[in-house]
Amino acid sequence: MTSLRGERVLTGRHFMNGDTACAEGALAAGLVFFAGYPITPSTEIAERLARRLPEVSGHYMQMEDELASMCAILGASWTGVRSMTATSGPGFSLMMENIGLGMITETPCVVINIQRGGPSTGLPTLTAQADVMQVKWGSHGDYEPIAYAPSTCQEAFDFTIKAFNAADRYRIPAFVMADEAVGHMTERVVIPEASEIPYVGRKRPVPGEQKLLYETDDSLIPAMPFAGEGYRMHVTGLTHDERGYPDTTPEPHERLVRRMSEKIQRHADDIIEVEEWQLEDADIAVVAFGSTARTARRAVSNAREEGIKAGLLRLITIWPFASKHIKALDGRVRAFVMAEVNLGQMVTQVERFTSKPVLRANHAGGKMMPTEPIYDAILEASRAN
Amino acid sequence: MPTEIVVESHPLDPLFRADRLPHIWCPGCGLGPVMACYAEAILDSGIPQDNHVVVSGIGCTARIPGYVNIDSYHTTHGRSIPFASAMAVCNSNLEVSVISGDGDMFAIGGNHLLHAARRNVDINVICVNNFNYGMTGGQAGPTTPGGARTSTSPYGCYEAPFNVPWVVASLGAVFVARWTALHVRQLKNAISHAMEKKGFTFIEVLAPCPIGFGRPNDLGEGLDEMRLYLEECVVDPDVDLARANIDLRQKEPIVLGNFVDIERPPFTTVPEAFRE
Repeated sequence: MTSLRGERVLTGRHFMNGDTACAEGALAAGLVFFAGYPITPSTEIAERLARRLPEVSGHYMQMEDELASMCAILGASWTGVRSMTATSGPGFSLMMENIGLGMITETPCVVINIQRGGPSTGLPTLTAQADVMQVKWGSHGDYEPIAYAPSTCQEAFDFTIKAFNAADRYRIPAFVMADEAVGHMTERVVIPEASEIPYVGRKRPVPGEQKLLYETDDSLIPAMPFAGEGYRMHVTGLTHDERGYPDTTPEPHERLVRRMSEKIQRHADDIIEVEEWQLEDADIAVVAFGSTARTARRAVSNAREEGIKAGLLRLITIWPFASKHIKALDGRVRAFVMAEVNLGQMVTQVERFTSKPVLRANHAGGKMMPTEPIYDAILEASRAN
Repeated sequence: MPTEIVVESHPLDPLFRADRLPHIWCPGCGLGPVMACYAEAILDSGIPQDNHVVVSGIGCTARIPGYVNIDSYHTTHGRSIPFASAMAVCNSNLEVSVISGDGDMFAIGGNHLLHAARRNVDINVICVNNFNYGMTGGQAGPTTPGGARTSTSPYGCYEAPFNVPWVVASLGAVFVARWTALHVRQLKNAISHAMEKKGFTFIEVLAPCPIGFGRPNDLGEGLDEMRLYLEECVVDPDVDLARANIDLRQKEPIVLGNFVDIERPPFTTVPEAFRE
């Protein structure tokens, strides 16, 4: 008779799709509570966790919709566990409301968005990268999200772990903004030993020391008590003071929203991750993320073969935006090429931080970005001068 | 000559955040007694105060958690139930209650209520029904009786209201009751009973909203509506819930009672194969 208990960390070499890798990454990171609603192309995450979470004494809860899913993972988080949901565009739109609640109550949790073509029902089974501004601006008010964009199934695993650690460290909902191409791609995923899984937990109040719920030090990150510990906290989506009590006047609002924003900006250098490839002597910098970074690499490689000095800046974190890296390249390259599967979203960020021409390689979604449009843009950029 | 009575303390003092009082509610509002009943039920529950958790959505009723001195979560409009459900699932030592209004639970949060009741999630839901959206200044809601006047039904409400206990009973809730802000003993006992039960329990509490609903519908002050409860309420636990509709403007009996009290396996995330 086989044991019903499963291993939390499936150490070894696997052949799995990106969705499954996200699920296994979450389990390796210590996921206890998953709430979700089936939606293509993220459903495999829910299916995997429905099977796997009971094996490790975790909770899989299938909710009535994505509003409930997002709200449930916030509630779970306040009991002290790691919680997550996974969705795609239409569900992500519904989650915006409680992503805002997560931001203002500073509730760590992870949201995985396996992006598909939109608007609305759009392309349920086909890829896009068109939610990358929604993750920044989709919920009302000012906030600074942390979002990772995996390019491979291995990164779907690794970045889900990164997202949990960032969520806990900075007390914020963190995002894995994968796309359908990565979610449904199957390739090798190497899962390390459990002891090698990086773990950064939440800052916890020292009993008797922290008097106020949202008291902070220079890190601007408040320690987080859990329900049932005797803290008798009040957590509200209203603008609140350091006690956690509602105070809906301009001054506390300024203080709260500015601190929540600065707690990410102040740590931006620790959070932001990029991969630089062949940029040392590059005249043209291609910027890409997610599945598009794979074809961008080929386009750069092809350009190099033709004697064009191209390089790749791959965004691992799409938010906070790697503005320093763009500024640094601004003084070195002649032009940028921004490649993304949308009609031009992250390109507006690149343009903010450079005076050099920024060429675009775009399409609206439905297939991975081919190499040619990126290569053509590199060629155009190289001829422009 | 009247003697001044100096009260040094009250048994419910530990249950309230004194630094948050006075509360924001209007004179004549029925929420104070509801909050006191909840606090008394906590005190009498035998469950440590620190194990009690209260969750709310948005609205006047949803402000109750801000005043009760336990772990309290004031979430988004309509979403208290999924938030609370997850807390109950993740930590079974918590006694999780939800207190919110009729608009919060039956309009914007209606779907969550249906599903939590169907699943039989182990939470206690207290829904204060004042027949309108009070916080935003008295608009028609899902429990506003047909013909009633509100600021968004100036010619009388065109819609049929929810018959709240009938709906919740149909979903398999293990305890369904209705009381009013006047029936504080019965209400407190019902909350206590809900805390003892495993599974989804639901208590509708009728409460005066003299500013939002009473005034435009000629119900008078809060005290007048309390008098109406005194005169018109009939306790009938065996009533056919299909006939438990309410319209305060018709001088008809308002049926109260503990209507449903059954056992049903509570929601669990532990599949059969994994149970001991």
